[in-house]
Amino acid sequence: MIIARVTGSLHATRKNPRFEGKKILVVTPEEPDGRSAGTSFLAVDRVSAGPGDRVLVHQEGSGARLLFADEKIPLQAVIVAVIDSLQLDGEEGDEG
Amino acid sequence: MRTGRVIGTIWATRRHPSTEGLTLQWVLPESVAGEPDGSAIVAVDTVGAGPGERIFFVTASEAVIAIEEVEEAPIDAAIVGIIENFTLSPGEL
Repeated sequence: MIIARVTGSLHATRKNPRFEGKKILVVTPEEPDGRSAGTSFLAVDRVSAGPGDRVLVHQEGSGARLLFADEKIPLQAVIVAVIDSLQLDGEEGDEG
Repeated sequence: MRTGRVIGTIWATRRHPSTEGLTLQWVLPESVAGEPDGSAIVAVDTVGAGPGERIFFVTASEAVIAIEEVEEAPIDAAIVGIIENFTLSPGEL
């Protein structure tokens, strides 16, 4: 899983029917110090994450499909947790 | 799942039988902000995307999963939706 920041949400009506009723968010991979660590991509939300939340993104299809109990959902990234705080060894905890 | 734009269409009559009848679109991956993000690929279109439309696509085995009428096929990219717009947090362009 990777640490990422929710930086937006997607609006799309014409899409694969299995995405119906699911929230697709824009996530930007993030370093522990908050710097962006790569290109933003899309992930389906599973934990009611919102803009600005720091989250854990699971990036593997088959595991993701288990979460939705749907073998035919074309899923590659799912938000599986909202991070409350992080502590890097030897540094102050960070509530960001 | 990444974002991109349809830049053209591909026609190929001699191809793997399992891909018969599937529309092939020429797609340029683009960042959420709309900047080109890698070289163009060819993806099966499952939602009727038109030229110039911004889309989102899946790769690897999920691309085959996205195509309802096919169980197994040599396909590694599939368009799964058409972007209407994004609501982006300030500063995230």
